Amino acid sequence: MKYNPNDIINSAQQLSRRTLLVGTLQLGVVTALGARMRFLQVKEAEKFRLLAEENRINMRLLPPSRGIMFDRDGRPVAANVPNYRILLVREETKDVDQVLTQLQKLIAINPNDLEKARRELFRRSAFVPVTIAENLNWSDFVRVAANAPALPGLLTDVGLSRIYPQKENLAHVVGYVGPVSDHYLSRTEDPDPLLQIPRFQVGKTGVEAQMEHSLRGSAGHQRIEVNAVGRVMRELERAEGQPGATVKLTIDSKIQNFALARMDGLSASAVVIDCATGDLLAVASSPSFDPNLFVRGISRKNYNALRDDIFGPLRAKAVQGTYAPASTFKMITALAALEDGVLSPDDTVFCPGHFEISNNRFHCWKKQGHGALNVEDSIAQSCDVFFYSISQKVGIEKISTMARRFGLGKYHDLPMSAVSRGVTPTRAWKQKSFDKAWLLGDTVNASVGQGYVLASPLQLAIMAARLGTGRAVQPRLVQSIDETAMPLGAGAPLDVDPAHLKVVQRAMFAVTNTKKGTAYSKRIVSPDLQMAGKTGTAQVRRITSEERLTGVIRNEDLPWKKRDHALFVDYAPHDNPKIAVAVVVEHGGGGSSTAAPIARDITLFALTGQMPELSHYPTGVKAQIKEEQEELAPKLLDWSTLDKNGQVQT
Amino acid sequence: MSYLEHNLAAVPVGFRKILALNWPILILLTAISGVGFVMLYSVAGGQIDRWAQPQMLRFFLGMTGLFVVAMVPIWFWRNMSFPAYCLAILLLISVEFVGTTGMGAQRWIDLGFIRLQPSEVMKIALVLVLAAYYDWLPREHISRPFWVLLPALLILFPVFLVLRQPDLGTSLLLIMGGGAIMFLAGVHWAYFATVISSGIGLVVAVFQTRGTGWQLLKDYQYSRIDTFLDPGRDPLGAGYHITQAKIALGSGGWTGRGLMQGTQSRLNFLPEKHTDFIFTTLSEEFGFIGSISLLGLYTLVVLACIASALSNKDRFSALLTLGIGITFFLFFAVNMAMVMGLAPVVGVPLPLVSYGGSAMLILLLGFGLMQSAHVHRPRPKLK
Repeated sequence: MKYNPNDIINSAQQLSRRTLLVGTLQLGVVTALGARMRFLQVKEAEKFRLLAEENRINMRLLPPSRGIMFDRDGRPVAANVPNYRILLVREETKDVDQVLTQLQKLIAINPNDLEKARRELFRRSAFVPVTIAENLNWSDFVRVAANAPALPGLLTDVGLSRIYPQKENLAHVVGYVGPVSDHYLSRTEDPDPLLQIPRFQVGKTGVEAQMEHSLRGSAGHQRIEVNAVGRVMRELERAEGQPGATVKLTIDSKIQNFALARMDGLSASAVVIDCATGDLLAVASSPSFDPNLFVRGISRKNYNALRDDIFGPLRAKAVQGTYAPASTFKMITALAALEDGVLSPDDTVFCPGHFEISNNRFHCWKKQGHGALNVEDSIAQSCDVFFYSISQKVGIEKISTMARRFGLGKYHDLPMSAVSRGVTPTRAWKQKSFDKAWLLGDTVNASVGQGYVLASPLQLAIMAARLGTGRAVQPRLVQSIDETAMPLGAGAPLDVDPAHLKVVQRAMFAVTNTKKGTAYSKRIVSPDLQMAGKTGTAQVRRITSEERLTGVIRNEDLPWKKRDHALFVDYAPHDNPKIAVAVVVEHGGGGSSTAAPIARDITLFALTGQMPELSHYPTGVKAQIKEEQEELAPKLLDWSTLDKNGQVQT
Repeated sequence: MSYLEHNLAAVPVGFRKILALNWPILILLTAISGVGFVMLYSVAGGQIDRWAQPQMLRFFLGMTGLFVVAMVPIWFWRNMSFPAYCLAILLLISVEFVGTTGMGAQRWIDLGFIRLQPSEVMKIALVLVLAAYYDWLPREHISRPFWVLLPALLILFPVFLVLRQPDLGTSLLLIMGGGAIMFLAGVHWAYFATVISSGIGLVVAVFQTRGTGWQLLKDYQYSRIDTFLDPGRDPLGAGYHITQAKIALGSGGWTGRGLMQGTQSRLNFLPEKHTDFIFTTLSEEFGFIGSISLLGLYTLVVLACIASALSNKDRFSALLTLGIGITFFLFFAVNMAMVMGLAPVVGVPLPLVSYGGSAMLILLLGFGLMQSAHVHRPRPKLK
């Protein structure tokens, strides 16, 4: 090629020009890159630093241990036990199957559960610990822990799970916990992040549910650094949560247990209340169920069996069930009349066996009639006509007002599920509820605790306590929350003339301690334990006039569902009431024959704190009582083993 | 016959050539590679043998190659240009048949001691052949259509082969690098104006036709463009890389979190942290000061290349030096723009810093050519 110096100089000049142009362009790009760096790293630094933190840091909740519940004597009624678990991390073992086979040699694992765990292992990321077995006993757990070095990837872990050491004894009071449901989450406004933990356990019924906020405690948290796939790299911070509050109930497990055992085989309930403090010593509903079944999710079969039982083991009858108080209501009617002045203690009414009003005939339970009776005898012998008669003078409004003063027809705020309000009817109430006018006959029925009047066993026990003490005893189920004592329920003196109250108290004493009294045979003979009570027999069906003619069918001849409810209320000792008791036996027949003996035995047990001595009973029944007690003894809980096993985990 | 060959007497001989090397560039390249070693040590979590050590080995291998290439007179390399280009084409074709497909569809030929990526070889070979072409081409022919079409084909043929791999990033680098040399050689600016404006027209057309029956790209390609334009649209999917890279960069702040303290890379939030995205780790750990310093080092290399080219009276040498400089520039500019969210993620490594098989070796050999041009540059006649 020909060499031309000029040409070279020209082209070199052009090259220089274009080089400078390209160089300038490059510098421009570099400047843009530098500006972008400055923007990202200096101007926006805060924002991105925050985003990086979010990437890096995960918060984990540390669930608090749930508050423990004791009875009044410090016996655990709801506790936490360690849940021994075995977990496996897939990435830390070479051969999952070999480890599982080895594990099976150490402890027995259900093959189905094992297969499920195996599938879960391979579905999850390799570093996620998967539960292989839980609720192991201590010896199995220790055996696995000791062999852990030979089983790569196996982790042993201790969680907490709820246990009710007394099983059936306090099922209705304490309730149970269960995994929080999606339904609950969707309607609750509770913002507690703990609820978001899968299968987190919350109270479902009873005190567990009603005092959920005290018992739950507050979550702790753990700040952990995670990598892009979520593996925990290290813990940055840990704040332990606040464990749930310790709750001490007023219940005396032994009295509760005795009451339940005494009502075994019956659909019944009993409430024992301390007259001085309002402490509920027993709130027993029979039959009961084992709340431990619910903690891990009850099987459908077990649940259906409980649900379909006609005795209704799931119902807390003692507070939830409402019954016509029947003759136990007569003290209220009597007091209403006495206080109103329409009746004086010596006024008598003649009972011919029936009472007529506006062409309706109302019968006394005693067909041939009681003859002339004053108020005291009418209560002792439970004459109906006397109360039919005086109710016409005093009227329903005053009767219901008196009933409410004694704790009927109003809500008692106890931390239990479905505490019933009961009914103390008034004219306005009937108009509102049924859109019907109040009839004279309604007052007649109400005067003997039938018709519209409804009360729960809890309310009847409160009524008895108030009748015995003359004070507005308030029920109390919780003694203390974390050492903070709850107010006592001794109550202020009732606004009732003491002389009138005395009349009623004497009458109740006569019920159980005079020969004509309806519960004379169920008396307590020891002078310092004598009780004052009242029987009640609540009709659950209407007795037609034809049946009256041919003779009223006896309870034993009726199907169970149609038999009368048997009721009994008492307080004891009669001259210085310490406790009041109410017993309702559903479809149990007569209050005197069925409910009174149960109430008597519970009263004696509650007062003496042990299986009642035979010396407290009248001579004639001693042999029978002895037999009953021998039958009853094996049904009681063995406290010596229970106190040992119901260890408390704090 | 170039001007150079008439002035042989002025060119240093023997070991004196070493003194005549462009030492500032060598020092800059070593410094940049040093930054790379530190970063590879850091992203490996303090392990030296994972990435840093193999990278050092390659660096020494590449430096040795650089010295060897630099010692050989530049006119030998000029004569080797076309054969080198043909060899690179052959290699590109051969990977179609014997190549191994790896991450991100890069293809390489396993030579035992190194995995050779023919597309990397082509970057240097193309610079060589274009420089030689314009050295050979009589000046008056430069802007004639036929003589413009010829180098355009020289560029587009390998681009076509690389696109088939498919490797969009390298294709774009080849086009931009080749185009820049054509521009520097003096091709009339109207050609570039035409190409650029029609390119813009094409982009407009691509977007205008979107959603119509005759749209120019497939839907997924559009969605990639969308993701590039707004990574927030799909933070866990396609936009993940860009978002996480920006977080890493931004969280570095002024001075960074310190060596091995970068949470983004340490905790694996960053993808490709030891290769294409290594700049994000540097930014996170050394902050704005660290990243702007690295940008400064790169810029100095480019400026040194321009200075060397401007002082070189030999046309082939000047074009070659500028071409190597531009290739180097495009590497780091595209990579940085990519990780900072200014350009799509196309898979271009950060030169000398990213852990990469043949990239560092080839790049150093390219600088060997540039050094040879510098050593053997024409000097005033000896008196």
